[in-house]
Amino acid sequence: MITQNTDSVPKTSSDPLSIALAGNPNCGKTALFNALTGGKQKVGNYPGVTVERKEGALLTRSGQKISLLDLPGTYSLDARTPDERVTRDVILGAVPDERLPQVLVAVADATNLERNLGLVLELKALGRPIVLALNMMDLARARGMEIDLSTLARELGIRVVPIVAVTREGLPVLMDAVENTLSRGQMEWVTATDSAWRTPDASEVRARFAEVDRILRLAVTRKPGPTLWTDRIDRLVLHPIAGTLFLFFVLALMFQAIFAWAGPPADAIEAGVASFGEWVGSGLTDGALRSLLVDGVISGVGSVLVFLPQILFLFLFILVLEDSGYMARAAVLMDKVMGKVGLHGRAFIPLLSSYACAIPGIMATRTIDNKRDRLTTILIAPLTTCSARLPVYTLLVAAFIPNRDLGFGLGLQGVVMFGLYVAGLLLALMVGYVLKRTAFKGQKAPLLLELPTYKLPSIRSVTIGLIERSKTFVRRAGTVILSLSVLLWFLASYPKQEDGSHSIHSSYAGQIGHALEPFIRPLGYDWRIGVALIPGFAAREVMVSALSTVYAIELSEGTPSSSEEPLLSEEQQEQKEVEALGKALAGSWSLATALSLLMWYIIAPQCISTLAVVRRETNSWRWPLVVLIYLTSLAYFASWLTYRFAVFMGWG
Amino acid sequence: MNRSNGDSKLGKLPHVQLLGELRPGARGVITKVQELREATLTLRLMEMGLLEGGAFEVVHEAPFSRDPIVVRVRGSLIALRREEANSIEVVLS
Repeated sequence: MITQNTDSVPKTSSDPLSIALAGNPNCGKTALFNALTGGKQKVGNYPGVTVERKEGALLTRSGQKISLLDLPGTYSLDARTPDERVTRDVILGAVPDERLPQVLVAVADATNLERNLGLVLELKALGRPIVLALNMMDLARARGMEIDLSTLARELGIRVVPIVAVTREGLPVLMDAVENTLSRGQMEWVTATDSAWRTPDASEVRARFAEVDRILRLAVTRKPGPTLWTDRIDRLVLHPIAGTLFLFFVLALMFQAIFAWAGPPADAIEAGVASFGEWVGSGLTDGALRSLLVDGVISGVGSVLVFLPQILFLFLFILVLEDSGYMARAAVLMDKVMGKVGLHGRAFIPLLSSYACAIPGIMATRTIDNKRDRLTTILIAPLTTCSARLPVYTLLVAAFIPNRDLGFGLGLQGVVMFGLYVAGLLLALMVGYVLKRTAFKGQKAPLLLELPTYKLPSIRSVTIGLIERSKTFVRRAGTVILSLSVLLWFLASYPKQEDGSHSIHSSYAGQIGHALEPFIRPLGYDWRIGVALIPGFAAREVMVSALSTVYAIELSEGTPSSSEEPLLSEEQQEQKEVEALGKALAGSWSLATALSLLMWYIIAPQCISTLAVVRRETNSWRWPLVVLIYLTSLAYFASWLTYRFAVFMGWG
Repeated sequence: MNRSNGDSKLGKLPHVQLLGELRPGARGVITKVQELREATLTLRLMEMGLLEGGAFEVVHEAPFSRDPIVVRVRGSLIALRREEANSIEVVLS
């Protein structure tokens, strides 16, 4: 082993080596990143793919600090998607405020060198320090493959380190090789940003792969045998009938998890928040502070935290499906169906994610490489029935739809609930259809995607993924929802009357509601609904607590004085309160108003976070404004139509 | 087609077909990748392994419409639509 020339390696702890991982999709790059950095990662992301900047820190055996960047997977530097562009630009040093990586670690799937080495050669041609990590060596060996590593290294002209990322085999050696590459190469490359890269032409790509074939003829003495079980699974999963049934089964299981399995943990969170509010309330004297904390902060944030189990279940499914390799198959199965409305098979994943929350859904559109297709998907994602609509639907359906048994174990309320979901989906598809034939008219974007070898999802990467998702969600609950709850509480509680009492009627919220009334009167709404619509515009789920504030029913029992019925458990108490609110609504609204409001909730863009994420993903104010305006007008029109129809039917 | 008859002198000439016309089970060798309207897409097809001289096998097709198809090529499974697959000329083995 070459002894390290420590002079040329920066040793100060404030100056870590910057290293970037690059490789084909599905080469195990993210597994390597996770294995190297463990929990020490800085990520902010949602499912689909590794897109946002993922950085981690580690120490080598010699004590060198390393800052590791996980770049999105790509087949070449010739980028077709925003992700791939990030990869290319970071590698070429073209990203402002981003350090040019001092060493590139090219990651290749050892069982698929025929294709993986294409990118390696392209990276090597940049002339920068580079090490090849030959991943999944265990699988290559198991499939009878024989690789002559020294020949491979000699012919490629770079260091080659065999590794198994999931078992951490070979990782210390890899890091030593990285350090040595840098110490041999000195620091001169670090400033070399004028890399000689340009879009290759077809003959250059042919020549590159001819070179790959030449090297493999020398270095690989036995090709890997076929992966029999991937073929066997695909025979079922891509079977015309069985495959379609399997897809429906997976979707049904997912919805079952979101709506049934998430129930008990959600109830537990709800009860926990309620008793926390009570505990805080009992320690404070009656007054503005207690009211702010209990009625504003705790009940507001709690009303959102309740969705955490649902969101985690959805992400669990998406992560497992993604990690196992099934998602790509689902996109193939759905391509024609999505194509009917002009969408790409890959739009299936973002739209599916939007059922939990439009935010991860919109972020997952980054896998769609065609800009028009991507914008169409972004514009319709807010129409799918996200989990924040659920509490509003539950409240209104329970209050206005009779619980009639339709036989076959179906209840009318359940069927109406399902209908609301279908309505959102149909509207999304209709809008997509119209957009693809008007504003985003153009060539159909191609579908070109690799079906990765099936593997058992790694518990480690799924866990890391879930922790990231919950962090992001809780952060949102802690910021956006928290400030809105406080604002709402303030608007509903002030100004106080001269005698110290106050009513919602004369509060700021009431005044806004009254001012709004002329505009929403045609939809069948009065000023009270107007009051609830305002915070609901920022986040849908706040509507329920807003309505309860307006109707003067304390949903979140936090005051010690509320001990009239001490025999009721928190859960029963909660149940009673929702029922009470439902009764109050049923007593003061007509069916027409309720239907109109449901229609409003199917369509209206009532989520500031969604608009913010559209702004970030499209990098312009234009598209969030388009979303806001088109959905609001559509919602207004559809609700008006619903109201008029319902009144005509005599339900007014 | 006459050319595919093994008896004539020209019989050794391979019968060229388009990848997008094939059904699952078809195997052969890619003979030509034609330039698509979108040049970078052609590059990407090649970078994903659809290159001249490479052996291929059509393994699956999606239900109902038989589109897209799944092709085994250069050690990986690639899904693509028949429309793009038609830019690839092949000879069956």
